[in-house]
This record gives sequence, structure tokens and C-alpha cells, in this order.
Amino acid sequence: MIVEFTINGEQVSAHVSHPGSLLDLLRDDLGLSGSKDACEQGECGSCSVILDGELVCSCLVMAADVAGSSLTTVEGVGSGDALHPVQEAMQRAGAVQCGFCTPGIVVAAVDLFGRNPSPTPLDIREALAGNICRCTGYGAILRALELVASESGT
Amino acid sequence: MDEALAGISEGVTPLAGGTDLMVEVNFGQISPERVMGLRRLGELKEWQGHRIGSGVTWRRIEREGPPGLAEAARTIGSPQIRNVGTIGGNLGTASPAGDGHPFLAAVDASVELASATGTRTVPWSEFFVDVKRTARRSDELITAVNLPERLPGRQAFGKIGVRNAMVIATVCAVVTRSEDGRVTVALGSVAPTPIRASGAEAMISSTTRPTDADLAEFQRLVSEEVRPITDHRSTEEYRRHGAGILARRLLERCLR
Amino acid sequence: MTTSVTRRRVTEGVVGQSPARPDGVPKLRGEFEFAQDLRAEGMLWGATVRSPHARARIVSIDVAPALAVGGVHACLTAEDVPGRATFGLEHPDQPVLAGDEVNFWGEPVAVVAAEDEVTARRAAGLVEVVYEPLEPLTDPAEADRRDQVFRRLQIRRGDQTARGTVVVEGRYEVGMQDQAPLGTEAGLAIPDGQGGVDLYATSQFVHVDQEQVVASLGLRPDQVRSHPTGIGGAFGAREDVNLHIHLCMLALHTGRPVKMVYHRSESFAGHVHRHPAWLRYRHEADSDGRLVRVEAEVLLDGGAYASTTSAVLANASYFAVGPYRCDSVAVDGTGARTNNPPCGAMRGFGAVQVCFGYETQMDRLAEALGMDPLDLRELNALGTGDSMPTTGQVIATPLPTGDVIRSLRAMPLPEPQTETHHSHLPGGSGLTTEPGQVRRGIGYAFGIKNLGFSEGADDYAQARIRLTTSGAVVETAAIEVGQGLVTVLAQIARSALGVSRVEVTHVDTSKIDSAGSTSASRQTQVSGGAVLEAATRLRRKIMSEHDGDDLDDDGVWRGEHLVVPWPSLADAGWAETVTFRHPSTTQPDDDGQGVIHADFAVAGHRAVVDVDVELGLVKVVRVDTAQDVGLALNPAAVRGQIEGGILQGVGLAVMEELVLKDGVMLNANFTDYLLPTILDAPEVEALLIEHPGSWGPFGAKGVGEPPTISSTAAVVAAIRAASGKQLNRVPVRPQDIALS
Repeated sequence: MIVEFTINGEQVSAHVSHPGSLLDLLRDDLGLSGSKDACEQGECGSCSVILDGELVCSCLVMAADVAGSSLTTVEGVGSGDALHPVQEAMQRAGAVQCGFCTPGIVVAAVDLFGRNPSPTPLDIREALAGNICRCTGYGAILRALELVASESGT
Repeated sequence: MDEALAGISEGVTPLAGGTDLMVEVNFGQISPERVMGLRRLGELKEWQGHRIGSGVTWRRIEREGPPGLAEAARTIGSPQIRNVGTIGGNLGTASPAGDGHPFLAAVDASVELASATGTRTVPWSEFFVDVKRTARRSDELITAVNLPERLPGRQAFGKIGVRNAMVIATVCAVVTRSEDGRVTVALGSVAPTPIRASGAEAMISSTTRPTDADLAEFQRLVSEEVRPITDHRSTEEYRRHGAGILARRLLERCLR
Repeated sequence: MTTSVTRRRVTEGVVGQSPARPDGVPKLRGEFEFAQDLRAEGMLWGATVRSPHARARIVSIDVAPALAVGGVHACLTAEDVPGRATFGLEHPDQPVLAGDEVNFWGEPVAVVAAEDEVTARRAAGLVEVVYEPLEPLTDPAEADRRDQVFRRLQIRRGDQTARGTVVVEGRYEVGMQDQAPLGTEAGLAIPDGQGGVDLYATSQFVHVDQEQVVASLGLRPDQVRSHPTGIGGAFGAREDVNLHIHLCMLALHTGRPVKMVYHRSESFAGHVHRHPAWLRYRHEADSDGRLVRVEAEVLLDGGAYASTTSAVLANASYFAVGPYRCDSVAVDGTGARTNNPPCGAMRGFGAVQVCFGYETQMDRLAEALGMDPLDLRELNALGTGDSMPTTGQVIATPLPTGDVIRSLRAMPLPEPQTETHHSHLPGGSGLTTEPGQVRRGIGYAFGIKNLGFSEGADDYAQARIRLTTSGAVVETAAIEVGQGLVTVLAQIARSALGVSRVEVTHVDTSKIDSAGSTSASRQTQVSGGAVLEAATRLRRKIMSEHDGDDLDDDGVWRGEHLVVPWPSLADAGWAETVTFRHPSTTQPDDDGQGVIHADFAVAGHRAVVDVDVELGLVKVVRVDTAQDVGLALNPAAVRGQIEGGILQGVGLAVMEELVLKDGVMLNANFTDYLLPTILDAPEVEALLIEHPGSWGPFGAKGVGEPPTISSTAAVVAAIRAASGKQLNRVPVRPQDIALS
């Protein structure tokens, strides 16, 4: 079946192989391999995208169910060559190691700052509770996002 | 809605948040040919007073739900899961460890089921039949949860888990206390379905001002009434122990 | 002609600073290519058929039902393996595909290639394998009794009759932890049309993969090229071959590129795990607290195939006493062979397990002596010039154990907990616990780890530096798994060459010699050593050739004049290749004595935990650390390794364990194999203890493993302090605290 929806601001008409997930559609059919598959069950957040304004695991969304929806993936964060403040801060803070969790973390953080420009450290941790990182211990990620929170207040 | 009911009577698989169904799809366990997306069905998202549409997400319940249910919602999965996971989906899956179930049992909620031929309401105790088995017929859709008009003034939820997010409850529980002193105690993960510790309830509801000895007896009764198992997540002994302690602490919260 | 141009000294991106990683932006944008993301024209997908039994005879395999599925191009079994039927990192004992029998749950039996992943998996499910299940041997102690072992190691040092006045005995157990890197096994094999193949797969050591592929495919070495590929973490799970040979077999059989990506459950089945361990200890000290004698029995469950059990056992045995002096030591180590899933490398490599044992012993010894546990450790601290208690090796490089202990001890403790919000309490949003139901505990532990390979292994790395018009290019096959090697190698080159435009690129096995494994905390020292030497030699040769006295981004200078501009240097094709070997080590003699290790690092951890003792719930509040790093080439990257390693240690302490029943994994998924989330992460303060003097570049030491060695033991020590429970096993579960 054909599904029409918007990805990162662009209208897309995609052939969907049912009952596959949105994650499979993004990675295999639409060439958007930024979102990652690490658990197939929504337990790691590495496939996170923003669907109709809400942070979701794309591995748990049926591709056929996104008709008419609006989707933001990691590829749609930042504009052109410019990095989003979240990406900028994470790069500066050394919050990237292997990078596999990174797209999901970026999207979750962008979602957070979109809803709450001045989150507290606890807000940040709760917003990222669904994103697993195995390399960094989350320390640098928190430092990066706390920096964004403090800078957006000014 | 009529389309949805027609669909389900034809054996189409209902899909709400996808947080359980899609896992089975991803694991290759099922490949449903015909699926009905309920995500945007407005009628299922209606929430009027004590009638919560089955399509209401945990995210919304976190913010707007009665205290005991909102506290439970906050522990479900992760933000990603709560944004799409629904109270109806949780009921449909009927995991013994469902965090949202003890509240429904504690307040004696009922589940509304609709089919092309009509609607019926089933009390929670009849709705949950066994591990992942419910009274829902295959031609029925879960359309709403009905809470009683008056909810107990004090409600407390607790969940024992080995980590602080995305964890299946080792034990979860809700204790409520009404102004008239009636206490209800419901627990999850300690039986094939959510259960009420009626013996413990009866004992404590009849004491006007429970003493430490009463609380200890209450705790003991709860741990005796639960029927937990040992599995790869925990042991029968610990679940029994945890159930008693958790129930007691929740009661203490309700008594404050 | 000479030109006068302003000199530029390289001040940025050099050793000692924390420049941003060069691959950070692509990773942040989702543009970085991991093995999972690779594609090739005409690509097929592979899938694996695995044994559901821990032990069984294979009666028959019928691939016809799989081949009958539309879109399936191949279904291969053991008889299709063209070359050596087995593979293995240390001993080639593991079948590429099981033939007559399977020896562990998840053992590969057949592989399928099809047009798409769904078809490949469906077809794999249709292969009819008839098994005759056999009784699996799952008890390593029983395997030991039957002499079914991969290795036994006996260490005897000093006067075996020495006795102390205070004796402490104990038995300890460490459960099976998994590396669980977020990126699963993935790869793409592309046939070259001439009988050879290019392999792009997740790996920690491309040269050793290439060797095993060559052997099992019966090809010439020049026919197989293994390419370093983007990888989502490793922690030891990518040292052994898993899908590498399968992919190449399918690619060569079908003549098409073949890709394979393991799903998570399959990933758990498809790679080696940390060895579970059973330890028996006896510590004897004199009344002043001086360690007189340590006896240890170390039993590791190696699972069905050898993998690196021999080396892990060696490590565990050699470090069984810890960073302490002791002149009477007896260690008996056994690596047992069972029908449990194979175990192998995981960050810490045997030193983690024994640390839990010896640090618990040291705390109990201190208690028996009436001594402060840190005073006891400081008294016995192993340092430079001392002999390793187990091997007798004199420690020739700086080993600031005393400094680590004192520094950690001096770090300020957090204030008592006054917060009442649930996020500060055990149980978190589960609302299980009131502030008054919490007891705080503090625990310390110290650990030692070798750096580099040991026991006489020829441990080396090759690196090349070439000058191009855009700057200096460092070529290496040393795998970047996220630790920041690509950043550090560039820093070393900048500092030594004096040039700021440096790029590190990975090249395949046909273009450069081995850099060795990205493991054993060795790449900074060994590949870093190669890059340092190459850069140093190159600079010297260039300046000597042109009679210059300085080299920078503009070219060669003599006094105030630029005598050779950079483009001319690039045109001249300047390049330098160095193979760097670390100081040699020896094999052990019959008593385990010898110059066994290339280098050592010591670290200490102090954990602060809040425990709800009644329910057995733990909140790890802080883990502070002091770590011997030699010299921090990139302090931010070192900190990143420390924070990540500590959290893995916390995981082993309180939540991570692969649960087996009769050899079958019960929790091979992320729902039930619990990794710490951001809400479980403690605060971490890290003191980098710098005593340069080791053979690493600029005196740097490897930093990847020390954070995992003693962090687990520190957390458990803290839980003991809070709860008063014995806790002789990790991971500690709620019932261990609440019901014991």
C-alpha cells in the first residue's frame, strides 16, 4: 500500500510493506538510516523519532499507520549545515562515543527542549529515561544538555 | 467507530499504541494481514469524568488521572512508550505485571467492550481471566474503562523494580482508603491476574486507628494472600515479602 | 626560492587537550555509517539457523524447505565450508557451522541468503533440523571434576608454608554479564568476482578476522580483505568471529553481496559473554596487617568453545591477589568447558571477577584485624619496584597504588541525603521508599589490570603516516569502537609532527599490517606508540633531508625561511610506516612465574549507595574514582571511558546477569537483561593520577578497563555497609539484601 506523510518537512509517498515498522520503512526504503535498530522492542530508544509532535519509538509504529502524519527524524534536526544547539553541545561536551545511541538521544533531547526550553536536571533525566547508552555512562550527555538548558534561559 | 466494530467482527487485528503488538511483529511471532489503526479514532480518546476512553494514552493519564493511576502511569515504560501506549492496550495485553491494572482492581473499575451487536460492561475481576487472557471476545473492542463515580480519597501506588525506568514490576500495588475507613488493596505481578487482598482488606478496614501490630498483621495477611511464582525476574519468596511490605507502606501513606 | 611566512606553532588538538572527536558531527547527524547501514547493489540478506538445544546430536538437516521459498538463493551447512571447518580466536575449536552435534544453545547450524531480510529469516525458520537432545553439562565444577577444561593454571610463589596470625576465608560468585553493545553484529561481504571477497563487519580486530576467514574459506590471504567498519560499541563482544565467515561463504556461494544484521536476542546468543566465576579465597595476615599469604581457587565457566578462556583465566589468576604485596601465594585457576554459551572477552577480562573476591576479602581481613580498610590496603600497596605477588614480575613502570588510595580517600564525601523527592530515593518513581527507610553506605575497592597482551604474545601495531596536499594522514587498521582512538592518534601525530592538519583514516588488511586488537586497553599505547614513532621519524627525516630546523603546516623551515613549502613535501610522497612492539613478555614457568605482563594500571573506586534494606532496593548515588592513567592524552575522552566503565561496573553490581537454565538463556532481550538507564546512573567524580614513565606515548597508559575492575566491588562494599548483609555474589538482587 501507499502511504503519504511528511518527513522532516517534506511530503513523501512511500510504498509500505505490511506489517513492517516505521523504523524499517525509514531505514530500508527511504534511505534514512540515522534511526537505529538495537532491540526491536522499544526498550532502548535508539529508533526514536518525533511523530505528530510526540517522541515515539519508530520500531513500535506500524509503517502503514503513519498516513497523514508528520515525522521528524534525526536527519531533520538542525538546518542545512547548521547544527542544532543540542548537537553542538553534545559535540563540545564529548557526549558521543560509539554513536549508536546518539541519534535517539538527539531526537529525545530536541523533543524535550521543544516542550520545555529550561528543563531542570531531573526533567532532562526523566525525558531521556527511554534512551540507553552503553558507552558514556550518560555523564557527558547530561553535561551537554544541562548546558543547553542554561544557555536557552538567557 | 462503526467501521472499527465492523472490522473487529471480521477478525481484523486492532492496533492502538503498538507497544505490545509491534514487538510481536518485530520478533516475527505474528504477521497480521489486516490491521486496524485506532490511533486516531477520536471516540476512543474521549475522557469524561470517570469514563476513560481506551485510546487515552498513559502520557495523558500521568497528567490528568486520579492520583493512584497517575502514579502508576509515570512508571510505565519510558516517555516514548507512554506517548503512544494506551490504557486499553494495556488491558488487552493483560500482562500479570501490568502497572495500570492494580488501580482498576483497587477501585473496582469495569471495562467497556463493544461489538457490532452491542456494548457490555464487565467488572475488572471478570475481565482478567488468566495470564494474558481476558473476557474480551475476538469480535469485541475495548472501548473504555469505567471508574466509579466516587473514588477513594486516599490512593497510593508503588512498584518494585530492579532499575528506575523501563522495568517490568517485580511487585506492584495500589492501596486506597476512603473516608469511611474502608481500605482496598490490589496487587500485580503476584498472581496470573491482578488481585485484591480481601482478607487483609477486611482486617484493616475494621480497625479505626491501626496500631503497629495491626499494620504488621496486615502486612502478613497480604503476603499470605498473594500467589507469586519464581521466574527469571524474581523469586516467589521475595515477591511475597515485597508484596507485604509494599502494601503496608502504601497503607501508611494513605493513613497520613 | 625561499619565502618568509609567519610560523605557526600547533597549539590546538595536541596531546593533553580534549579536542572534539572528528566523527562526532556525522554521528550526531545520523550520517555516520555503521555496519548496519551498509548497502551494496544487488545485495542479499543473510539469516542464521541456530540450535534450540544446549547439547544435541544432529541427526539430519534438510535445507530443501528453505530453498523452496521464493527469493532464497542459498542455504549452507557444515558440508559447504570450503576450508577449515573450525575457527577460534586462540584455538580453532568452534565449528563454523555445526556438523554432527551442537554444544550450546544458539550454536549456528545453517545460514541462508535471500532477497530480503524477512524472507531470509522466514526461510531460516523452515530449515528442518532433526536433533537428538543430549544431557548438557552445565555445572563447571562437574566439568572440572571430569577434567573437561580449556586450561588449568597453577601459580606458586614464595614460601608455601608461611602462615599469618589472622585468617579470613570466603567463597564468592560472579554472574554472567554481557557486553550488550548497542550496535549488534552486522556486516556486508562483497565478492570481488575473482574468487575473493571484501568483508565489512563489526569487529575489534580485522586482521585476525581475515585470517580465520581465509582458513575456513580455503582462500589465499590476498583474496580476503577485511575492512574496519563503523561499529556501535564492543566491550569485548567483537573480538571473536561470529558472522564473518558465514557472510563470506554466502557471498562467494551466491556471487552476490550479502548483508547480515543480528537482532538483539540473536546477538545475545551470537557472541561470547563475561565468564561467570566461582572463587575460593584464604587471606592470612600478621597482626600488623601485613599480608602474609593468599590462596585462591578460581573457577571460570568457559562454555562450549575455547574463545579466549585461556587468556581470561590467566588474567584472573595472575591478578587474583590484587594490587597488594604478598610473598606467599598459591593460585589454582581452571577454565572449564561446559554446554553453556561460550564465554570470552569482556572489558576487564578476568580481573573484574577476582577483584570482587579479593576486595571483599580485604574488607573482611580489615575487620578481623580491627584495622581501617584503607589503612590495610595502603600498608600492603603494590608499587613500582615491587614484585607482582603472583608472577614475581618486578614492576618496572610507575604504579601509584598508594597515591590512588590516598587520593580517593581524600575526595570529599557527599552531604547526607536530605532530599525527599522520589528521584533521590531507592525505587525512584516506583514510590516504594520513604526517606526514613533508607540507609547510606560507603564502600571502597581497588583493582589492578594489565595493559596490552601478555604471556609472551607478540603484541604489536603498525601505523603509517603519509603526507598529502591536505595534510598528514595517519593510516591504521586499529579499530575505533567509540573510545576515541581516532581523536587520540591524531593528537599524538600533531604533537610529534608539529603539524595541525592531521586526519586518521582506516585502511583494510591488505593495505597495512595488523594493529592488533582493540582490547586489553592497548591501542593508545601500542598503536599510539606506532604513530608517535612514525611521526617522530618522519619529522626527523624530513628535516634532515632538507637541512631544516622546523616543520609545520606550511612546510620545512630553516631559520626565518620556508625552504620547502608543504605542497612539495606532499608531492615528494613522504611516508613512514612503523611497527611498534611493546616490551616483551614471557610465558609462565610451571609455577606461573615470569615477566608475564607488558604494563599495569591501578584504579580505586568509592561508592556511595542508599539502600532500602527492607525491600533490598539500591540507589547508587555516587561513584568516585582515582585512576592511574600515566598521562591523560585527552582528558575528556579519559573521563568518558571512566564514566562509561563505572556504569558497566554498577550494572554488574546490581542488575546485569544472563540467566541460564540447563544452558538456555532465559533473558536474551532488553526487557529482561537490564542495562542501567540514565535514571540509574550515579554521579561520578574522577581524579586522573598522572605519573608518566610507562612506555606508552608521552607516558600515557591505557584507560578503558580499569574503570570496570573495582567499581562493582566498591558498590557491593557500600551495600554491605548500609545493610550489614554478607553479599558474596554479584549481581546483588533485592532478595539478597532483603531476605538474607
